[in-house]
Amino acid sequence: MTARIDRPLSPHLQTYRWTLTMAMSIVHRATGIALYFGTILLAWWLMAVASGPGAYGIFSSFIGSWFGRLILFGYTWALMHHLLSGIRHFVWDLGYGFGPSEREGLTWAALIGGIVLTVLIWIIAYAFGGGR
Amino acid sequence: MSDNSPMKGIRTPLKRVRGLGASGSSATADFWWQRVTAVGMLILIIPVIVIVMMLLGRNQAGAGQILGTPVVALLVLLFVVASAFHMRLGMQVVIEDYIHDERLKLISVLANNFFSIAVSLASVYAILKLSSGV
Repeated sequence: MTARIDRPLSPHLQTYRWTLTMAMSIVHRATGIALYFGTILLAWWLMAVASGPGAYGIFSSFIGSWFGRLILFGYTWALMHHLLSGIRHFVWDLGYGFGPSEREGLTWAALIGGIVLTVLIWIIAYAFGGGR
Repeated sequence: MSDNSPMKGIRTPLKRVRGLGASGSSATADFWWQRVTAVGMLILIIPVIVIVMMLLGRNQAGAGQILGTPVVALLVLLFVVASAFHMRLGMQVVIEDYIHDERLKLISVLANNFFSIAVSLASVYAILKLSSGV
């Protein structure tokens, strides 16, 4: 056998110019990971309701605190962003939206839409949900 | 182990890579189910948001009564089950992308399965308990 040849490796992220779609790809993954651990909150909430007034009281006082609300706000945004970003991935999966302006447009739509939906949900929650 | 060890040297490059691609695993099914569960949650997200809104600011008895209603319970159950599969598959991809040490990867994949099952089963149990009128 001949000696092993050190072939060039394929360039990694730092070689490329930073692009919006690249950054949002990372955000999609990051929000997915955040939502993964955020399911603890959902399970805690449901278990608290099923357990009784005492357990529900502990959950309520946590989620009602400024820190709890901050987490919940972040969770809402992560969910809305991941949802819209996911729809964008569906468009790509179906073979559309690969043009330069299309892919940028889709990405901006997911980014702005995620923020708008989050704010909208919180306004509605405070308006009618008895959001305290 | 280097590629040019005598035992390996006799094998052709094709032989060495056979079975290492997507055909050797459940990757295609994983890809597909990632999307099936995503579509499911896309359909369920508006009812789920409405349900959460209905529950805000209620006491335990009120929240329990709403969550125990058959239609609400079913919608939440569907969402929890779809998210369990979706998050398990998503985290598996993340693990496979970043963890290259085989032992650590195995532990991470196990932990991912245990976490996803435990968290979703807790939610499922809570809903079933609330909706069975106990």
